Amino acid sequence: MRRSMLFLPGNTPNIIQNAEILGADAVILDLEDAVAPTEKDSARILVRNAMRYMGFGRCEVIVRINSIDTDFWRKDLDAIIPQRPSLIMPPKTATAEDVKTVDAYISELEEKLGMEKNAVGLIPLIETALGVENAFKIASASKRVKAIFLGGEDLTADLHCKRTKEGNEISYARARMVCAARAAGVEVYDTPFTDVNDDEGIYTDAEYAKSLGFTGKSAISPRHVKAINEVFSPSMKDIDYAYEVMEAIRIGKEQGKGAVALRGKMIDAPIVARAQQTIEMAVELGLGREA
Amino acid sequence: MSKIIRRATAGTLESSDVFVTLEPHDSGVEIELDSVVRNQFGPAILKAVEEVLAECGVNSAKVIVVDRGALDCVIRARVETAVERGKGE
Repeated sequence: MRRSMLFLPGNTPNIIQNAEILGADAVILDLEDAVAPTEKDSARILVRNAMRYMGFGRCEVIVRINSIDTDFWRKDLDAIIPQRPSLIMPPKTATAEDVKTVDAYISELEEKLGMEKNAVGLIPLIETALGVENAFKIASASKRVKAIFLGGEDLTADLHCKRTKEGNEISYARARMVCAARAAGVEVYDTPFTDVNDDEGIYTDAEYAKSLGFTGKSAISPRHVKAINEVFSPSMKDIDYAYEVMEAIRIGKEQGKGAVALRGKMIDAPIVARAQQTIEMAVELGLGREA
Repeated sequence: MSKIIRRATAGTLESSDVFVTLEPHDSGVEIELDSVVRNQFGPAILKAVEEVLAECGVNSAKVIVVDRGALDCVIRARVETAVERGKGE
């Protein structure tokens, strides 16, 4: 379950060591934008040691490496892959070739280290107009790609427009990302809401992202984690309905019915799939019960 | 074997971090430690510094460690970074 993903700057020990208590389902240890060029070496070694020796509890660890147009990304992977991160986030991913470049180097490292093939997944960060247009190709470029991630700040710069709280300027990109990810069968995560002092705005922004089909949303401040978790968790009403769907299917099967209806509506395969996802999430959140 | 050929620093003076300065030294390793938790963890900090220097093949250096309550793995990271920055080819 990955509702919230919290960016943490890679060169700040006091923040990284508190990662597991900040409430996010995943943390993104950042070696890219949050680290000054002169401190890339320092952050890389710190993140490597943190992953090796610190506990992150139930929090999933993702590492954002530097982009493939820099001299840093291979060194980042050399240090991080042996620590078996759940996912690597390559930034500024614009084409399927970009994914394949990172994939090939991770494969080399996995083989050298005697690791299981494809042990480490990818969550490409798409933050350019070209990346958005290539979103499906990126999402289906490698078996490693488990999700794609929209970066709204760099994207608006590339689009030559201003980033606003309402986000109209990225609405096309958001919809396109969701469609591309679902077509490729991977998850999709929304850009952070960057006004860290706006405790209302984060709810609106997260609800909008959820309504479009995003799996979850990222944050640059721990203040936004609670709102994101709330919005992307199933409500008790959703959970009750999911159990009703599964019960109706069970009874229908017992009675040998080909088609099953609930509250006057036909229950088809997508409704059952959604009900199963809701129940799985409810169980993980401790809100589930015996079906 | 790595030789420290230039002064190098790593880390910060922020809470939970450590600021490490490494300088060329003629004979052996000399460590100066300033730490808010020196009484409780001084020997452990010195051990971590010495171990990293040994792992990096550094057998002569002056090391100034200003600790702000850093975890062991942070101290090790900062010393390693300072060595990488200060060593010759």
